Amino acid sequence: MKKIQLLRLAHSRSGDKGDASNIGLIARKPEYYPVLKERVTADAVKRHFAGICIGKVERFDLPNLYALNFLLHEALAGGGTVSLRNDAQGKTMSTALLRMEIDVPDELIVE
Amino acid sequence: MKQRDHIRIASGQGYWGDLPQAPYWQVTKGPVDFLVMDYLAEVTMSILQKQRSRDPRMGYAKDLIQVIEQILPTVVEKNIKVITNGGGVNPQACRNAIFEVAKRIGLKKLSVGIVYGDDIFDDIGELVSKGNELRNMETGDALHSIRGRLQSANVYFGAFPIAEALRQGADIVLTGRATDTGLTLAPMIYEFGWKEDDYSKLASGIVAGHILECGGQSSGGNFQKNWKSVPDLTNIGFPIAEAHYDGVVYITKHDGTGGLVSVDTIKEQLLYEIGDPSEYITPEVIADFTSIRLEQAGENRVKVSDIKGMPPTEFYKVSMAYSDGYYAIGTLTYGWPEALEKAQAADSIMRQRLKDLGFAYDEFHTEFLGYNSCHGPLSPVPVDPNEILLRVAVRSKNREAVEAFGRQLVPLVLTGPPTVTGFGAGRPKAQDVVAYWPALIKKTAVKPVVEVAEL
Repeated sequence: MKKIQLLRLAHSRSGDKGDASNIGLIARKPEYYPVLKERVTADAVKRHFAGICIGKVERFDLPNLYALNFLLHEALAGGGTVSLRNDAQGKTMSTALLRMEIDVPDELIVE
Repeated sequence: MKQRDHIRIASGQGYWGDLPQAPYWQVTKGPVDFLVMDYLAEVTMSILQKQRSRDPRMGYAKDLIQVIEQILPTVVEKNIKVITNGGGVNPQACRNAIFEVAKRIGLKKLSVGIVYGDDIFDDIGELVSKGNELRNMETGDALHSIRGRLQSANVYFGAFPIAEALRQGADIVLTGRATDTGLTLAPMIYEFGWKEDDYSKLASGIVAGHILECGGQSSGGNFQKNWKSVPDLTNIGFPIAEAHYDGVVYITKHDGTGGLVSVDTIKEQLLYEIGDPSEYITPEVIADFTSIRLEQAGENRVKVSDIKGMPPTEFYKVSMAYSDGYYAIGTLTYGWPEALEKAQAADSIMRQRLKDLGFAYDEFHTEFLGYNSCHGPLSPVPVDPNEILLRVAVRSKNREAVEAFGRQLVPLVLTGPPTVTGFGAGRPKAQDVVAYWPALIKKTAVKPVVEVAEL
């Protein structure tokens, strides 16, 4: 196993659904998708966003797009119009997720 | 019945404030049949409602009139139909303003359709008394807790009323609170005669609408995967949906424009602001995003197909806004050396001074731009940065407390840590917090009204 940052394995976009942040995580290559599915679990994402996401994390799979969609509940300090954050709509939550490091098999070649 | 086997629908605006030249580019740089423009966000409706209460001729997206003035000669000449939700809370007044423009440029003939009935702000009492609870669909809270503070209430109508306006001959259709996706689906229903139970076709139109609804965000804007690879963002071509009668859609853009339409740019947009992808709920249909098939079908051309749709729910979504206290935001810039420590010390001093004066806040939020305003506690501490922007924001039901914060920020320049600047904007002002109350309402409780009028 080797540790790889998600930035190298996936790309992402985030937006808001009320006080929930939605983060779409897309495998940069189809062969990265299985390890994303295995390692980037709802629990792992909840731990990664400790101090930011107060509520639960839900994960939905889109195998047709080699993608995962995460809903982070109570993650925007009240939501778009109420939140006092500079990033009230969570537009940069996408790359916050890409900071995560996961274990991948040694034989997986990552560019 | 069927006039054409495919139509080209161009996205002109992804939100109120989007690139002003985009609509003109879309109607002049290549062939299109329809131009769709989204102007409304949750908070917009309450702003428009306030404007209308001050002046009954207001309450729509004013920027839209300038856009119409710019594009009207072209769209009339080329027979491009325009669909927008910029009618806001006053589509009638918006129509009048457009007729004024048409007269001014010497048009003899123009047919404008409006869709209204979505604005239920004045009918809340009656609707509640008839058993429509309008509970907050996220928290489950009852409406009476905020009833007296409501500022706007609008039902999200879908594509069918817009298609009806097109059928009645409208060249321009102005709606109130219509779904963003409905603006794009409507021309397909009108052109191809899709019925209310053509679920998979309707779902295809909804997916096309989702791809178009944020404008340039599906054609190379905000592209996270490889933003440096996107050519000529200066002249970004907004997305165009080439919709076919059988439900297959190609996403493309005009030749010679900048930007990028690829499977990856479309994927990023498909995943934007969605919940459960297998149940994307709209007034017309529930679309299954896990069925979407994407395929690069040429340069800047992506085929979108195989989409499954299911019958819709018996509810419309309602978007309400209510006032919820006050907030203020202020910033100061601290320079090297020890910029972060200085900003942190200034924050502590100000908090203590406000506490000593007896003020308390529902929320007191401090960020250090250059360090942690994007990724919060996930951000590594920068090593002696050149500068840090201290950004402090407060929220309270008590306006006086928020104004007191405004008076305490700028004095830090002469009474706190050194090498501080960037106070030119002066004292932060107290502003209204407009909070959002999403709810559901039975479709049978409200009815869209379609009206088409000639110049």
